[in-house]
Amino acid sequence: MKLSRSLALTLPLALPLVSNGAMAADLTVKFELPQLNVAEYHKPYVAIWIERADQTVASTLAVLYDVKKKDNAGTKWVKDMRTWWRKAGRDVELPMDGVSGATRSAGVQTMNFAGARAGLDKLPAGDYKLVIEAAREAGGRELVRVPFTWPAKGKLAASASGKEELGAVSISVQ
Amino acid sequence: MQNKFFKQFAIATILAGMACAAQAHKPWILPSSTLIETDREAWVTIDGAVSEGLFDLDHLPLRMDGLTVTDPDGQTAPAPAATMSKFRSSVDLKLPKNGTYRITLAGASVMGSYQLNGETKRFRASAQTADKEIPAGATDVRRTTTVQRQDTFVTANKASTGALKPLGTGLELVPVTHPNELHTGEKATFRFQLDGKPLANFPFSLIPGGVKYRGTLNEVRLTTDAKGEATFTLPAPNMYWLSAAYPANAPRGPGEQGPADTKRYSYSATLEILPE
Repeated sequence: MKLSRSLALTLPLALPLVSNGAMAADLTVKFELPQLNVAEYHKPYVAIWIERADQTVASTLAVLYDVKKKDNAGTKWVKDMRTWWRKAGRDVELPMDGVSGATRSAGVQTMNFAGARAGLDKLPAGDYKLVIEAAREAGGRELVRVPFTWPAKGKLAASASGKEELGAVSISVQ
Repeated sequence: MQNKFFKQFAIATILAGMACAAQAHKPWILPSSTLIETDREAWVTIDGAVSEGLFDLDHLPLRMDGLTVTDPDGQTAPAPAATMSKFRSSVDLKLPKNGTYRITLAGASVMGSYQLNGETKRFRASAQTADKEIPAGATDVRRTTTVQRQDTFVTANKASTGALKPLGTGLELVPVTHPNELHTGEKATFRFQLDGKPLANFPFSLIPGGVKYRGTLNEVRLTTDAKGEATFTLPAPNMYWLSAAYPANAPRGPGEQGPADTKRYSYSATLEILPE
């Protein structure tokens, strides 16, 4: 009885999202880069991507590095984002239009990804993770994963938190 | 007199490497990096030692004569001579091609005994010089030959498999999962074979370095399946020493019973398990 009721509730919500996925899906990622009391601080390089259940990369959303450095020299250290690098980064050319961006300062940062650009409109239904990886010169490296199911049943909101190089991370789709 | 004996024993221990080293003393080769990503010349330094604490420099340098380098095309060449210092031997290797290199130290040693004029005599020698150790008139000659091999793997920029082809002789690890793409939490498959044939139900172990900082060994003991393969989830990131011996439970030292001529194999590999 309970089961059929919840099915009845979710189905009408889920169906329009499937059919209008491209229209509906704008992804917002909010992440905190903690203020760190360290002897040497450089803004971290950050990669944000969508990961499939088998941990492969479905879509790289953003790579934040020293984009202004001459001769594309800032890309030299993008490999410090080890996980992104070995799963996707080593096979792509940077700069990537709409993906490459400047590093961000400590504090809460917000990035919006239009559904079509982020590849959300083409994402097959299933379980995914939004992954954010931060790597800091002379500092550490940390990954935070925020699990979500696609297509979202109604409005999607999920969050997770890092320990050192990343603070709270939350995502929302509307 | 006693002292001299021990000195000779120590030298013989280095020569014979793993076979007769006291249980706690492990011979190992250790690359400075397992993955070198650079747009300049790629280099790696290989250290070798026999130590009480795994990857610690606390006992003796490892004699690295005979060290070979197999390049990404599968071509094997001798490594340059190593420098031997008090606690370690070292050699710098230039990696001119992109891809994976296998660095191997292989050899064979003989331990034996014979009867001469009613006395039991024992000897240690390399496989080549063993015959010279046995004087005319010796009887009841017994010898145990130990064939040893140590491998480590290093990749310049992009992993490749040309250097990973099994030799088909002796005891060896066949890395089904690339040995420079081992990441904590992921699955890896290793195969063991003896003279090219898979070793079913064969035990091996992995020990992570840095034992002195944690107190516990954290050894991972695994056994191959009917196909000679073991698939397992890779443990915490660290440099690991993989070891195996055939026959698996042979006692150390020359055999007092059994056939007069026995052969044993020992294999070890230094492998890095990286964070995800």
